[in-house]
Amino acid sequence: MGKIRTPYLLLLPGFGFLFTFFILPILNLAQTSTQTPVRGGDTGQYEQTLRFQNYIDAFVENKEQFGRSFIYALIATVLALIISYPLAYAIAFKSGKYKNFLLVLVVAPFFTSFLLRTVAWKQILGEEGFVVPTLRNLGIISESTTLTSTSFAVVMGMTYNFLPFMTLPLYASIDRIDPRTLEASGDLYANAFTTFRKVTLPLSMPGVVAGTLLTFIPAAGDYVNAAILGSPNTKMIGNVIESRYFKIVDYPTAAALSFTLMAAILILVTVYIRKAGTEELV
Amino acid sequence: MSKKIADPTIPKIPVGAKFQRWFGRNLIRVYMVIAFTYLFIPVAYTFAFSFNDSGKSNLIWKGFTLNNWRNPCGAPEVCTALANSIKIGFLATFFATILGTMIAFAIGRHKFKGRSTSNLLIFLPMATPEIVLGASLLSLFLVFKINPGFWPTVIAHVMFCISFVVVTVKARIASLDPRLEQAAMDLYANEFETFRRVTLPLVAPGIAGAALLAFSLSFDDFIITNFNSGTVSTFPKFVYTAAARGIPAQANVIGSGMFFLALAIVIAGQFVNRRKAR
Repeated sequence: MGKIRTPYLLLLPGFGFLFTFFILPILNLAQTSTQTPVRGGDTGQYEQTLRFQNYIDAFVENKEQFGRSFIYALIATVLALIISYPLAYAIAFKSGKYKNFLLVLVVAPFFTSFLLRTVAWKQILGEEGFVVPTLRNLGIISESTTLTSTSFAVVMGMTYNFLPFMTLPLYASIDRIDPRTLEASGDLYANAFTTFRKVTLPLSMPGVVAGTLLTFIPAAGDYVNAAILGSPNTKMIGNVIESRYFKIVDYPTAAALSFTLMAAILILVTVYIRKAGTEELV
Repeated sequence: MSKKIADPTIPKIPVGAKFQRWFGRNLIRVYMVIAFTYLFIPVAYTFAFSFNDSGKSNLIWKGFTLNNWRNPCGAPEVCTALANSIKIGFLATFFATILGTMIAFAIGRHKFKGRSTSNLLIFLPMATPEIVLGASLLSLFLVFKINPGFWPTVIAHVMFCISFVVVTVKARIASLDPRLEQAAMDLYANEFETFRRVTLPLVAPGIAGAALLAFSLSFDDFIITNFNSGTVSTFPKFVYTAAARGIPAQANVIGSGMFFLALAIVIAGQFVNRRKAR
């Protein structure tokens, strides 16, 4: 009898914790999202009125920031994939005895604080940095063009900051490919491109799926890059939720926005996994 | 960059397979150099500006000094924030590693009803954007009239670290050879002894890796911390608030110090592994 109980006893403390501090808060957030201000009450006082209109109001008011979050996150994810794939491939197949060393190098920049790196980009790309004057002297950008406070800077910051989340899963799945399958493809007269398209890429799909998800999800909810590298014109949904909470004390709207963001991500992720899992992989 | 190399005017002579191989190998090397340069630019910048004789705002290069490294706590608040981050990091790592390892053993070692639901419960926090985790937990604390601060932050960190611990330890358990445990049992070790003398030592590197991961996630977290820490400052929060008026060079010193410390731990870990492998 004891054996049947063992797994449940092992799970109990951890799942009790997750239930109290993950599930319960999410349920509570759902509850908050349909509240309205107490009539005649102080700021920050709300009562449950099941006002589902909150969701529509919150979405309509912030659809621009929603759109921006998903577009920025999408571009950053695609860029991270384009940068990471050759890198992961090179580490897996072309690095010989330096493999472990190069893997450490991929992760190493992320030991410096995330915030410090983002601020460093702000200063490198800023007016006092060396990039802007150089590009101006070369005539690549005009005197009035700036690099910070633009959507370019925000997307670049996001691409940079979430890069290891893309590179590591890609590496893990490319490294598992048996090099003999690639040789076999070559023996069967496939050229390098065909081998890549028909053998390497399909075999590395689990890594592509994991990497894109691990990059896209935090990128869509991020507000640090937009706050540090962007301007009011590059605000993402994360910035809106943050200011609703702290500056305006509008909990119901913030909750409705959080829930919409979570639902949108979950739907996208499910559709994406289905697509990548059935059509591309078969 | 690739255009430069693809320029047919440079090496025209060996067109055969030999050239293709040379070309392929060097293209990928050039690419790696560019990619790693991109990865390390902000790190190099942070390190370089930790030597800047900057005064209050560390924006423009004003001259070389070692003073920031001699006195890393010189800027107001920076070491209080660092100490908080370290305390929160240790506490969160301790609890998350214990809870997560137990879950990993349950899922990795036992077949039971509700196993796939358990896996889903572990996956969900990782698939939820940090801002939703942070905001929802704060709402809960507010309902129970708990003020955000030190312990709410620890709780928040344990919550988001557990899943990462479970995934890391589970992977290690899955890679174990079950025959080793069978051998121990055959040699009359009871279940507890087998666990203590065979299973646990074999899983230990996975647990250590998970703990390191948990600590670095906790130490570097900003979004969830910002929601639940109230007036308690942490190192990332300090940098975020200071970013508007310029970050003191001491923050660069601490960031660079963390970088070298973490690098040393990883390299030492690899050495230990290699020794053991022999």
